[in-house]
Amino acid sequence: MRPWLGAIGGVLLAMTALLAVAAPLAAPYRPTQINLRARLQPPDWGAPGRPRHLLGTDNVGRDVLSRIIWGARISVSVGAAAAGLGAVIGTTLGLCAGFFGGRTDAVVSWLIEVQLAFPFTLFAIFLLAALGGGFVPVVCVLALATWVNFARVVRSQAMSLRAQDFILAAQAVGVGPVRLLRRHLLPAVLPSVIVVASFSAAQAVLTEAALSFLGVGVDPTIPSWGAMLNLGRDYLSDAWWMATFPGLAIALTVLGANLLGGWLGARLEPRGS
Amino acid sequence: MRGRTILLRCVQALAVLLGVSVASFAVAHATGDPVTLLLSPSASDAARTAMRAHLGLDRPVTIQYALFLQHALGGDFGQSFIYRQGVAGLVLARLPATLILAGSAFAIALCVGMPLGVLAARGGMAAAMLELFSLAGLAVPAFWLGLMLVLLVAVELRALPVDGYGGLSHLVLPALTLSLQGTARLSRLVASGMRGALRADYIRTARARGLSEARVVWVHALRNVLVPVVTMAALELGDLISSAVVVEMVFAWPGIGRLAVAALQQRDFPLLQGTVFIAGLGFVIVNLLADLLCARIDPRIGLAR
Repeated sequence: MRPWLGAIGGVLLAMTALLAVAAPLAAPYRPTQINLRARLQPPDWGAPGRPRHLLGTDNVGRDVLSRIIWGARISVSVGAAAAGLGAVIGTTLGLCAGFFGGRTDAVVSWLIEVQLAFPFTLFAIFLLAALGGGFVPVVCVLALATWVNFARVVRSQAMSLRAQDFILAAQAVGVGPVRLLRRHLLPAVLPSVIVVASFSAAQAVLTEAALSFLGVGVDPTIPSWGAMLNLGRDYLSDAWWMATFPGLAIALTVLGANLLGGWLGARLEPRGS
Repeated sequence: MRGRTILLRCVQALAVLLGVSVASFAVAHATGDPVTLLLSPSASDAARTAMRAHLGLDRPVTIQYALFLQHALGGDFGQSFIYRQGVAGLVLARLPATLILAGSAFAIALCVGMPLGVLAARGGMAAAMLELFSLAGLAVPAFWLGLMLVLLVAVELRALPVDGYGGLSHLVLPALTLSLQGTARLSRLVASGMRGALRADYIRTARARGLSEARVVWVHALRNVLVPVVTMAALELGDLISSAVVVEMVFAWPGIGRLAVAALQQRDFPLLQGTVFIAGLGFVIVNLLADLLCARIDPRIGLAR
């Protein structure tokens, strides 16, 4: 993985995050501002000095660019939260499974296999139909998809670390299992966790967009990229920009996280692991 | 020994299926009282109690789960609220469409991804191109790609039908859309596997014996990459069915994904539960078959993981 690719990834992600945080300042219009006289306006770069709707307007005249900028908030927060929650759950379970082995490992491995056995989008629809939408349910459901990534990687690393000298030495001087896991094993697997977190955030952003597209996202009244795509589908032949740009935003964000993850993987992980 | 490991793998698969059934049951149970959805708000309390008793909802949770499992084993997943039909029949009627779509996408991914990976393993320009393609392929959401293809091929060029179910021409766009991510992942896997395989001693031996380069690459090296490919291909099928849900929505493809979304919109929980459970069942079976197939391809694998 070339470093400059990682840098591009970092820049893409930083830009998305910055836009999400500074959405009120960055967006030229309010995302919910309806203007029925400017419905379905094509992208217009306007005269120099006075830009109008750079990426066009939607079916009720809302500015597509502003909605994309505000939509970044959903994608960034959901992606980060789902990767974080998945990291906590998956790393804990993976460490325990790899370190203790035996019955603990059997249970965690079983959980991983059960999780992987569900076609995830179907299961997520089912769960969200039961739980109702909203930020917390969506993040929890996505964490259900991401924890497996962490658990698998951490489990196999903990298994090989278990027999290493520094762990055996710590055990020999009487370090208890909780402290051993937290102070000795966790730092050793952390680089991999960071790498997996990057890819998991990408996966969460994609899945969140798919769920919003299907109408079970965070909140249909808040602009999100998936919901914009869903709306854009109905106007595909009249207003290509409505579906094109939100998808581009998703793709660039996911690309950024994947590039960063690939570069981090090459940098942080020891060769051959 | 062989028989025992196969048996062990089957027991593992059964354990996973048990987990799938518990999860499906638990989620459906968490949705609350189906009687409020089934009966009109003006229904009398007696009617509600009767309905509850009829559905077995007045019994303890463990008994309800046992009944669910017993019925599921007999192929009975209850009645759909919206269609007033057996869930199993509904899902099975839609399953072929999804399988055709996922199967075609899978075939495209195999036919395109494997050769791409083999070519890219040689390094140079081909490797850089593949890297670019797979990075893009993994980042683009399938449903957006579908919409863009519709825009380009169907709206602008008017070359292919955009939606519906019928002949081959209806299948092209959805299958292409669905195959992209699989192609990207598969080609990466094959490329990295081939790079390792081409350095192995048996490849040097094969070359030393004077075999043609094509035979060395496509027969000797590729065979040793097949095991991770089959394992991943089976997992990929789960992803394909998962993405198919969204792609079906884009192309109005009448598979289980659209069935699930219709069920979602109408809060038809038995139908959702049946769809999820049957899809999980299929996935476990395919993975079991893949493991057995791997043991056939590579006799060194003892199936015990």
